[in-house]
Amino acid sequence: MTVAIKNLKLALPPGGDRAYAVDDVSFELSAGKILCVVGESGSGKSMCAHALMGLLPETVTPESGEIRFEGKNVLALSPTEWLALRGRDIAMVFQEPMTALNPLMRIGDQIAEMFEAHGLLTPKERRQKALALIREVGLPDPERAVRAYPHQLSGGQRQRAMIAMALALEPAVLVADEPTTALDVTTQAQILKLIRDLQRRRNMAVMFITHDFGVVAEIADRVVVLQHGKVVEQGTADDVLLRAQHPYTRALLAAVPTLQPPQRVSLLDRSKAVEVIGLGKTYVSGGGWFRSERRVQAAKEVSFDIFRGETLGLVGESGSGKSSVARLVMRLIEPDAGTVRIGDVDLTKIGGKALREQRRRIQMVFQDPFASLNPRRKVGHIITDGPIAHGVDPAAARKRAGELLSLVGLNAGAMERFPHEFSGGQRQRIGIARALALDPEILVADEAVSALDVSVQAQVLDLLEDLKARLGLSMLFITHDLRVAAQICDRIAVMQHGTIVELKSASLLFAAPEHAYTRELLSAVPGQTSSSKAA
Amino acid sequence: MISFIAQRIAKAIIVLLALVVLNFFLIRMAPGDPAVVMAGEAGAGDQLFIVQLREKFGLDQPLPVQLFLYVKGILSLDLGFSFRQQMPVSTLILQRLPATLLLTGTAFAISLAFGILFGALAARFAGTWADTAITVAALIFYATPLFWVALMAILLFSVAMDWLPSFGYETVGAGYTGLTHVFDVAAHLILPATTIGLFFMATYARMTRASMLEVGRLDFVKTARAKGLSDTVIQRRHVLRNALLPVVTLAGLQAGTLVGGAVLTETVFAWPGIGRLMYEALLQRDYNLLLGVFVVCSAMVLAFNLITDLVYRSVDPRIEFAA
Repeated sequence: MTVAIKNLKLALPPGGDRAYAVDDVSFELSAGKILCVVGESGSGKSMCAHALMGLLPETVTPESGEIRFEGKNVLALSPTEWLALRGRDIAMVFQEPMTALNPLMRIGDQIAEMFEAHGLLTPKERRQKALALIREVGLPDPERAVRAYPHQLSGGQRQRAMIAMALALEPAVLVADEPTTALDVTTQAQILKLIRDLQRRRNMAVMFITHDFGVVAEIADRVVVLQHGKVVEQGTADDVLLRAQHPYTRALLAAVPTLQPPQRVSLLDRSKAVEVIGLGKTYVSGGGWFRSERRVQAAKEVSFDIFRGETLGLVGESGSGKSSVARLVMRLIEPDAGTVRIGDVDLTKIGGKALREQRRRIQMVFQDPFASLNPRRKVGHIITDGPIAHGVDPAAARKRAGELLSLVGLNAGAMERFPHEFSGGQRQRIGIARALALDPEILVADEAVSALDVSVQAQVLDLLEDLKARLGLSMLFITHDLRVAAQICDRIAVMQHGTIVELKSASLLFAAPEHAYTRELLSAVPGQTSSSKAA
Repeated sequence: MISFIAQRIAKAIIVLLALVVLNFFLIRMAPGDPAVVMAGEAGAGDQLFIVQLREKFGLDQPLPVQLFLYVKGILSLDLGFSFRQQMPVSTLILQRLPATLLLTGTAFAISLAFGILFGALAARFAGTWADTAITVAALIFYATPLFWVALMAILLFSVAMDWLPSFGYETVGAGYTGLTHVFDVAAHLILPATTIGLFFMATYARMTRASMLEVGRLDFVKTARAKGLSDTVIQRRHVLRNALLPVVTLAGLQAGTLVGGAVLTETVFAWPGIGRLMYEALLQRDYNLLLGVFVVCSAMVLAFNLITDLVYRSVDPRIEFAA
């Protein structure tokens, strides 16, 4: 084996919710094999990676155990010895390609820095090697890519550049910390394949950290499952995915939504809750006395209906215009063309007080439960703000807020607390309660479960489904995750470059996708064979 | 790039003209009549003499006419005539401008260089005694009024220790030439430049420290560590460069203000610059001279803003020359 982690214990500073970030963890990495470390947020999986790189935060200290690499315990290395090891023998790829590259340095220079850090090659040779590496990871137009700054590349291209950097010195071990989480599903498929190919070609040991069982099924040779800093299960990919022993592993696997939509009754004979006709929106930036403007068409000729009690999914990759359509439907931004009708009211034709009156009928649940709640206001205020603005008596609004909190599964005592006192899933429940406070007819959920762990995600999806049935809500559900869409949507619209390329019932869309782009999206969803076996 | 600069200059000229009009009215709204002051100084208090003075300098014209004549003059780069000093305003300003530019330029360079150096050191050794010492010193200089620092510096270095001259631009009547003259001016420059520089240095040090600590937590710094780069290289190449972006913005905004900040220091140290000229013009109700100084100061602020934008563009590739 290449790396052996034995009984590793990483102590957290006193006063936290647990004493150890990583508690008595043992596993091994072997050359030519990919080990997936799986777990939900806070499970300690990233800490294992950082310990292996010698990049632990100052507050986290190794208490016992060892990490053996080439016969040495790396935990005992001096800072200078670490410098020689890092990058050269063990290299790392990070989650967020947007922020993991220095915005002020050219891509080529950042790759060449790997050689410089270890005093290898002449500056000219470094540049040539950087170019060769960029070719190897398949960046388009390598000559240009070397000279590009990070912001000039797409997310997937940046992640390829990160991988080129990590591979520069042909390390024996590659640590990849959620390297595809921030990417679109088609880009994710390409990056997974790239990592797989390179790992085979170079016979590297790979430690691949992920929370996504689809990715695990796609790439893993072996799997370690972590919960609260402890290993609950490890074994070959098939053993863990198909014959999971530990209840936690089974629960995690069961929480992964399948791509088979459940049978649903057609609601097309009901009356329309929302009618969207020919929506168009073009963003114009730049432009001035001496400069031509830049136009991005976020929505063109977008039309759909949402029937009463129906959930319509809007799926597509980043930049496809899903969120713009959501904002247009809510009239948070002004459309250039088209009509949005809620019942018999044309939302695009009214303004001022009339528009504010109508706003209570359509409410939004946002993606990021950390950013969408005002951190300086108590939950009670966050929920009652809307109703009070619409003239509800404050006392009545507070009473209703208590009821809503219990409806979404929280204690009424939550009203007196601040958002930061809650977990991500709880905050998303607060976000839902806030949206419901105005008794809306329609909920717009913009990636409402994307930031959540699978088990929490499953709970929030159940909650939404339950509320929808109980309160007779209609829903516009925006997601990039086709598994989630399959589970919750009655019908699904696929968006690409601002247009809807296909719109049909969920079961039909997954069974018989017609548009080429829909098919491409579906085939890119990771872990289709194994996870259906597992489920 | 060229069109960006052309566009910015065109906009700057419009802003400048608006400022001229505003200043023109502001000054005339202030109480006091220059003709009365001049007549008083000439020792003649009678009404006829005052009327004659007004006619002579066009002060009897209606305000809009005065404004029209003034703006017309500015467009042909004529800042008018100083009645008090009996000289064209532009000549007076041009005489004094080099001294001010020398003083503020030196102060600016000192404050940036040492501010960034101390800020970077404080960030590098955050939490240690060195950090505490730098932070406390910065806070003291930041909070102390400039004129008081100036007076204390004179008391200490000129009066008590007699190391440096206490006022003026050069040793009057010494008639130095060549290198001796340069050293003489430099000796006179040290106290006023350091006095102005200390305040701004404190600002930049605080800003650099905070910004570096913030950048140090970003992901790409972790990437740099994962490469096996040494701490010194990471701090210099990855952290400092990114941390300087807000410092550049702040320094650009302040570079223009430095000219104004020099009024007090120039007065205390009897430095023959624009600041003192403005002070004198104010006391003497010398409208044209005062307006002229304002116009030149405003033009400098605008010019520094443009330079800041260009510098910013050269250090941050993400900024494009958008309108």
